[in-house]
Parts: sequence; C-alpha cells; structure tokens
Amino acid sequence: MCLAIPGKVVSIEYSNGMRVGRVEFGGIVRQASLDFVPEAQIGDYVMVHVGFAISLVDAEEAERTYQLLEEIGALEGELPPEGSG
Amino acid sequence: MKFLDEYRDSRIALALAKEIAERTTKPWVLMEICGGQTHTIMRYGLDELLPNHIELVHGPGCPVCVTPLETIDKAIALALRPEVILVSYGDMLRVPGSNSDLFRAKAQGADVRIAYSPMEAVKIARANPDRKVVFLAIGFETTAPANAMAAWQAKREGLTNLSLLVSHVLVPPAIRALLATAENRVQGFIAPGHVCTIMGYSEYEGLVRDFNLPIVVGGFEPVDLLEAVLMLVKQLELGETRVENQYVRSVTYKGNERAQEIMREVFEIADQKWRGIGMIPRSGLRLSKAYAAYDANLIFDLELISAEEPAECISALVLQGLKKPTDCTAFAIRCTPENPLGAPMVSAEGACAAYYHYRRHAIANTAPKIAVGS
Repeated sequence: MCLAIPGKVVSIEYSNGMRVGRVEFGGIVRQASLDFVPEAQIGDYVMVHVGFAISLVDAEEAERTYQLLEEIGALEGELPPEGSG
Repeated sequence: MKFLDEYRDSRIALALAKEIAERTTKPWVLMEICGGQTHTIMRYGLDELLPNHIELVHGPGCPVCVTPLETIDKAIALALRPEVILVSYGDMLRVPGSNSDLFRAKAQGADVRIAYSPMEAVKIARANPDRKVVFLAIGFETTAPANAMAAWQAKREGLTNLSLLVSHVLVPPAIRALLATAENRVQGFIAPGHVCTIMGYSEYEGLVRDFNLPIVVGGFEPVDLLEAVLMLVKQLELGETRVENQYVRSVTYKGNERAQEIMREVFEIADQKWRGIGMIPRSGLRLSKAYAAYDANLIFDLELISAEEPAECISALVLQGLKKPTDCTAFAIRCTPENPLGAPMVSAEGACAAYYHYRRHAIANTAPKIAVGS
C-alpha cells in the first residue's frame, strides 16, 4: 500500500488547477500530480505513490550511497570463492 | 530502472549480509513496520541471508490489514445502496468483513470501482452528478496527503456528491503502543521509508528517547533493508540509540512540508481502532470540521456495527509481531488468499500473504522430514 516507485519527469502541464507531470517508469509513462514537489523539473526523478509524486529523488545522495555500497560489493566480487584456496 | 535495479544487486546484498554476520555477537530482535518491507524480506529471502540470531519480526504496517472490520462492513453497506458508487483501492475488495466483502457486494450488483489514485474518485463524482460517490480513504501517512487532495479538490470545485469513508492510521503511536506492552521483544525498528518521506523523522526521536532503542528509516529494496539491518546491528552492538536515515534518496529530516500542510488542512488527529490490535489513542486521522460535509460517516445514516473476528484467526498476534504466520494452525489450510480468515492474508503486503506466497512450499518440504526423523 505504501509502495512508491521512482520515475523520470518527461513533461509538465496544468490540469484542473493541478500541476501534473508525465512520468516515465522503465518505458511506461503515467500521469502524476506534482503538487507536493513544486520544485520538480523535467528530467528529475520523483517517487510516485497513488498518482502523486511525494519526493524528489536526491540523485546526489543516491549516487553517494550507491558508490559506498558498490565498493563493498565490488570488493566481494574480487575475492576468491569460498573453499577455492 | 534507475534508482531501483542498483538496490537489487545481489553482490552488494551478499556483502552487506556478510558484514552483518561479522558484526553480530549477540541475538537481536528487529521489527520492520511496513508491509512493503515485509514483502521484500520474504520475496528475496533476506531473513535467510542473516545470521540465525538476528530475528526479523513483522509489524502492523499494512493499512489494508488494520482497517477495522466495522469500516469494511460500513463500506459494504454503502456500496449496496443503489444511489452510491463506492470507490476503493483494489487491495480492499477481498478483505473480509463480518459476513461479506466488497468483491461479493460487487457480484451482487453494487457499483464498486477500483481506483489507483484518489483523484479518480473526484473524476467519477464529476462525471456522475446524480450519484453519491464514496471514496474508501485508507492508508498510513504516505497516502494521507493524496487522499486529502481528493477532499480538497472536491471542496474547491464545489462537488457535493463526493464523500470519504476515512480509516487513516499513524505509525509512531502504533510503535509506542507496541513498545509499551509487557510482551514486547523488539530491540530495534526499521521505520517505514515512505511514511517518513511525507512526515520526516523527528517524531521518531521521542520514541528513541522514551524506549532507549535504535530506529533506522529504511527503504524498500533488498539492499536498502540489509543496510538498515546493518545500521541497527552496529548501534545495538555498541549500545547506542539514535534515529538514523538509510533512505536518504527520498527522506529528509523534515519530510514533505507541502504534503503535511494539506494533511493538516483536511484531517485532524483522532483515536483510531486498529483491526486485530484495538483502540490506540491519537493514532489515526479523521476529517476536520471544515471538511465535515465530506464525511461519509456524517452524511449517511450508518448504523454502528460491531463485529467479531473469526476465533481461529491469530492476526492480532501476527500484527504485533508476537507470532509468525506459520504459527497459525489455519495457515495455508483453512486460510488462503482466496479464502482468507483475516486481513493479513488478503493484502499483498500482509505478513500472512507474504509467507503464503514465498514460504509455504519451504514449510511443506520441511514438514515430512521432521515426521520421518522423529
């Protein structure tokens, strides 16, 4: 129920007084209200829940966290498999 | 998909699991609150990646599961009125009420419509001025601003044929209620990332202070959850208690203030009954006085229905993390997603449904081995 999916804002328009974006999720495009993320611009990633963008994905934070994680993962990949010694 | 696939990377997940195992010297009981997180844990078998002495117990964070039986009965009663169009999130249709569910009401001719977004209820009200449209507004803090927008938009447009049957629950009071029980075993919490996307996480600082345990705001992908477990284990092993935020790509300390604003305008905090748990003070939302004209409870003459859960269903204990779904004698035998005894077997995010989808074969396979051996 509390599912929210990251998608990319591809266009922005106004409908019935609401700021609405067309948001792309891995090739599928859906409408989402941008009322809660007035700062969202075309090209930004937003988390969408029941047709509303609820946050702007902090790409810098995501990248930083991911790199930290990637380092652990990459390190793991370089180690010989267990019992191969 | 960007910001999704990388958090499902098995190399990173395995490395995190290894680090958790290295850091863990004592047994710890951790609870994830949100049903979406429970679902990820079961789907990817994250609990099986963890060392044996870390136990994950599943919390009450499934709004479909904790919506009171009485609200379901009211929704069914309303749906059966010829003038009403009942609009609901799809998950609610199979949730058992006392004698029926919305799906069966629909089969009897009730006009029940499934909506992905609350704004669809507004659209339906606009298109059907001669009908009364009732939106079954359920959810946690994540969904509350969106549901609030439906009422706000209806008021702005002067729509008089839309009302909300509200059953909204709040996470921090539920955590407080769980921690205050004598049976509590939970030593650390993974707080729900999308609830905190809306609300921020300042509310959780009070819980850390009062109950002296760590809370980590966690995301919903396997890597998110394992990292959140690692952050909890690090704190627990060092005897620290703080609120930390693992889900930084979506959650800020203050949350989404614009969304909070619309929530405050449309709703007010109220005592709320949780299915399977009971009344928790100030743990829910109801429409504020300014929105009384949109309250289905006030518009329709709804009898106060009091209802009993099936005696065999142990969902109350499952929702509090005191029992696992597999501890239930009815699990996967007399209680299945097609014929559920209780709500946690209905919603995809209910703990019983998660175990049913991802674990029942594993359980079935181990059972004969025990029988043969003994």
